[in-house]
Amino acid sequence: MRAQPGPRMADTRQVLWHHFQSLEHQKETSALGMWIFLVTEILFFGGMFVCYVVYRTAYPDAWLSGSATLDVRLGAINTAVLIGSSLTMALAVHAAQAGQRRLLVAMLLLTMALGGVFLGIKGVEYHHKWVESLIPGPGFDFHGHGAGVTGVQLFFALYFALTGMHALHLVIGMGLMANLVRQGTAGRFDAAYYTPVEMVGLYWHFVDIVWIFLFPLLYLLGRH
Amino acid sequence: MTATGHRPAGPAAKHYLNDGYGVASWLLTTDHKRIALLYLASVTVMFALGGMFAIFVRLELLTPAGDLMQAETYNKMFTMHGILMVFFFLIPAVPAVLGNFLIPLMIGAKDLAFPRINLLSWYIFVLGGLFSLYAMITGGIDTGWTFYTPYSTAWSNTNVVPTALGIFITGFSSILTGLNFMATIHRMRAPGLTWFRLPLFVWAHYATSIIMILGTPVLAITIVLVALDRIAKFGIFDPAVGGDPVLFQHLFWFYSHPAVYIMILPSMGVISELVACFAKKRVFGYAFVAFSSLAIALVGFLVWGHHMFVSGQSVYASMVFSILSFLVAIPSAVKVFNWTATLHKGRISFETPMLYVFGFIGLFTIGGLTGLFLASLGVDVHVHDTYFIVAHFHYIMVGGVIMGYLGGLHFWWPKITGRMYPEGWGRFAALVIFIGFNLTFFPQFVLGYLGMPRRYHAYPEEFQVLNVMSTAGASILGVGYLIPLAYMIWSMRYGKVAPANPWGAKGLEWETESPPPKHNFEQIPEVTEEAYHYNARPAGAPHG
Repeated sequence: MRAQPGPRMADTRQVLWHHFQSLEHQKETSALGMWIFLVTEILFFGGMFVCYVVYRTAYPDAWLSGSATLDVRLGAINTAVLIGSSLTMALAVHAAQAGQRRLLVAMLLLTMALGGVFLGIKGVEYHHKWVESLIPGPGFDFHGHGAGVTGVQLFFALYFALTGMHALHLVIGMGLMANLVRQGTAGRFDAAYYTPVEMVGLYWHFVDIVWIFLFPLLYLLGRH
Repeated sequence: MTATGHRPAGPAAKHYLNDGYGVASWLLTTDHKRIALLYLASVTVMFALGGMFAIFVRLELLTPAGDLMQAETYNKMFTMHGILMVFFFLIPAVPAVLGNFLIPLMIGAKDLAFPRINLLSWYIFVLGGLFSLYAMITGGIDTGWTFYTPYSTAWSNTNVVPTALGIFITGFSSILTGLNFMATIHRMRAPGLTWFRLPLFVWAHYATSIIMILGTPVLAITIVLVALDRIAKFGIFDPAVGGDPVLFQHLFWFYSHPAVYIMILPSMGVISELVACFAKKRVFGYAFVAFSSLAIALVGFLVWGHHMFVSGQSVYASMVFSILSFLVAIPSAVKVFNWTATLHKGRISFETPMLYVFGFIGLFTIGGLTGLFLASLGVDVHVHDTYFIVAHFHYIMVGGVIMGYLGGLHFWWPKITGRMYPEGWGRFAALVIFIGFNLTFFPQFVLGYLGMPRRYHAYPEEFQVLNVMSTAGASILGVGYLIPLAYMIWSMRYGKVAPANPWGAKGLEWETESPPPKHNFEQIPEVTEEAYHYNARPAGAPHG
């Protein structure tokens, strides 16, 4: 495992921690840690998916009528935006790998911008729900959309819980990227050391995949 | 170090404790050994606070009438006792203190894989603790540590959300610790240290980490949903809009049952180390003990429904959960039998840590066997929500964790501080704790079987004798805890200076100095032999 040269300096700061044998060792360990973290994230969202399955089974009609109020067009656009951001994120990792600092920063900024577009569209959708009194709670009123169906409030509770948690993860990811942009501009990453970019990349792809599940589960019911 | 000890002449050795004395050198350290000591201080404070609430509970139960406090106050007392003890002592105690200190030493690494995340996890722990303490100081919480809905979401007038937030935050400390241990055990082992040469302590912590990373996030999201129900009236667990309170119980116990194994598995790892050292023998059936930890972790995830036999769960589900709960007894029994088999023909000595081993085996066996009663559908209906349950889980969780934790703390105290604890006092305290524990909790089995329900501040007069016994035992137990606290603090300054390996124990942690140097080893060791390579018989004879 000593193929790599000793401590590397990508910046003025040393990037190899004393307890690792090599940069390779350090990077593989970080990747393992990140994958373990993503496992915990799956379980985190998993709790809500369990609620979804239980209540969808209990109230299939409520799920159909709740789903029908969502804007498939906006949801589809958002899906495309987020998949696009995963592409730009992958390109950012590639740029870091190739040592192309300016391309790295540009791709990170583009990814953040796409994340922003997603959140903006999500905000518009939330606003629609607010106007239509479809926010779960004492003010919830489904009568504008036909007769009240038992359990329909649960659909919206889970819609907001799931998409809200997803949006929160997106915001955290954008914060991490802002930090990467700062470090990347300062020239901290090169072909030998770009672990943080790759780790944030893994995280971002995970957040993307969560949406890939949310979109059909929430928007596309009864539209087959 | 001061000159009170008898250090060998020459300049004082550099080690992790004298490498900087400033506040920042502790609060900003990334050294796993110092972080372990930060955890040691924090969980000790939490244990003391949790114990304080227990005192109020036991005092109230001294008399049949609810005369010391009102029912509401009593509800808060047992709730806060439970929350502090479960989330802020039992879950972190062994892994975050002993695991943190020992795992890198045992596997020949200079630190955990992610030292800064390790420090972060301590800060998260403290933040979560402060939230919960804030909630307690500003009025407390009365839902029980289980937060059952809809009481917690709709009816309780106490500080549910701040407390829940504190537990949510602390959960991430647990997740990060588990993540760190897992990556460390996978990637940081010294050359030659194969999986089947690992100390069983490390195996146990690996199994614990699996539960921490798979279970804790589910509790976290469950707490979020409860908070959404309570603050924004989302209604996810509210029957009025079609929600299902039993679903909450499923999600809660999906974490909180395995959480029992988060508490007990690290303790079992400690016991494996101690039993090998004080019998001077390789642990009998090493591989079985190692895999039984994983089996407990995995099967332990499939038994949560046994908390819900009377909650309206389908009877078929209950039958499956009952069978699975019986199954989890098998790997637990494998451990107990293998420890006792290790003693066979060993050269046994009875130092303090070994007394805790015997204590552990005794208490865990009682706790485990009564668990089989509770896994049986019929018996469980009779004793559900009685003191039988209270006694059972105290035997497992408290008996198990305290015995392992104190045993381990004594065993590795010379390594941690470089000083010996006073052996006579140590043995005395171990005995006091064992007697006090049994006197406190054994009468509760009887009380529960006779039908005394848990969580009431008053009870019929015929139960008083047993309750007085229990309260008396609790006083003895309390004294038993204070003795080690006193002599361990004393020993840090006045204890005999410890050699590198006072017990003649095997394991990499004993090959470095006491206390270890800042980076653990002057040179990364190379491992060439199995764990527990003790010679129980005279040299030359084959050993088991």
